[in-house]
Amino acid sequence: MQLLQVKVLKLKDMEVALKLVSFSFIGIIFSISILAGILGALLGLGGGIIIIPALTLLLGVDIRYAIGASVVSIIATSSGAAATYIRDRITNVRIGMFLEMATTTGAILGAYLSSLIHARYLYFIFALVLGYSTLALFRRRNVELAPDTTPHPLAQKFKLSGSYYDSALQQEVNYTSSGVPAGFLVMLGAGILSGLLGIGSGVFKVLAMDMYMKLPMKVSTATSNFMIGVTAATSAGIYFSRGYINPAIAGPVALGVVLGTVIGTRLMVRLRNATLRKIFLPVLLYISLEMLLKGLKG
Amino acid sequence: MKKVDLLPSHSKDKKRASTFEIEDFISLSLRIGVIISSVIIALGLLLFSLSGYAGFPEGDFPKTFRQVWTGLLHFNPLAIITAGILILLVTPIFRVAASLVTFFLQKDYQYTLIAGYVLFMLLLSLFLGKAE
Repeated sequence: MQLLQVKVLKLKDMEVALKLVSFSFIGIIFSISILAGILGALLGLGGGIIIIPALTLLLGVDIRYAIGASVVSIIATSSGAAATYIRDRITNVRIGMFLEMATTTGAILGAYLSSLIHARYLYFIFALVLGYSTLALFRRRNVELAPDTTPHPLAQKFKLSGSYYDSALQQEVNYTSSGVPAGFLVMLGAGILSGLLGIGSGVFKVLAMDMYMKLPMKVSTATSNFMIGVTAATSAGIYFSRGYINPAIAGPVALGVVLGTVIGTRLMVRLRNATLRKIFLPVLLYISLEMLLKGLKG
Repeated sequence: MKKVDLLPSHSKDKKRASTFEIEDFISLSLRIGVIISSVIIALGLLLFSLSGYAGFPEGDFPKTFRQVWTGLLHFNPLAIITAGILILLVTPIFRVAASLVTFFLQKDYQYTLIAGYVLFMLLLSLFLGKAE
């Protein structure tokens, strides 16, 4: 009898311990996701660069569930941050829609390219583009707003210009797009990258707008934020049917990221364009090195 | 002061003919999607951590729409969370469709076409993904 009682007690203890573990597990995922949401909202990325390593390396989550959670994180960042940025007119909806023609086409191209080209070469190409961009961006790190850009003829045709109120500069900022074809091409690359490898196309989107189209950094990250959700949505269905979306992991990620975007969007409007670019630089460097490493490993 | 400046400066140069602006409508559609899905996910998570009841065998969870639906009928926490996530996952598609309608209502046919192309490519990629 006594033995039985001890056993029951132990079982109950185990249950309590298990519950505590899962509770703190959910709590840790939630906190990491808040960080991912803040960074994602600031830089126009999906937060995958935080979510995937944190889940797999720190918590030992299966890579498939980490990828599924990262797709959820991208869409949560995009929808959460974009809702605020669009309301405040920092996101340029028309520029976003115009460039989405390139990213969605690229995503479909990418899915087919994967059978034609070895992923290794693509990693090298992307590492090269990103490496060059890191250098170019480093040189422009202190530029707050691009000096009078001449609008590309296509910018006038497709209304790719606008204005927003900059809370950091305390002035209305008018902008227009130059280098529309180059930006469109880089966006096509971003789409191919996400269709092919399912990762990190947010960086390319920000680069295309900030570097090639000469849009203000804030407009670039906010518009990238607006766009990444659409790119991710194309692959979300596949991940769900493959069983990558584990609710016990993706649920707290979604909630944490949404909360993070609330903080991130408030922070971003107060920062200067140059400051934002300086936060973006190390992330860019990290991703270009990661691409290079993946290419070298084959 | 600045906040007061903000509103008129934006509406000044925009045509006042329409009662709503495209941006407000798209922002609203995203906000509604995010709030509804967050509330459902939070409810599911709360139920999950309070009851400790997953309703699925250890480590298992709903993977098809049918499983989510039957789980929902039994107030299964994991099915509730998944339902919330699925709503979140379709907000971008919903957003593109909403902008298509708004551009059309605003008689911006150039951008109606662009949104239509994006929506078509989106649905095409979803379809191609399924066929895989």
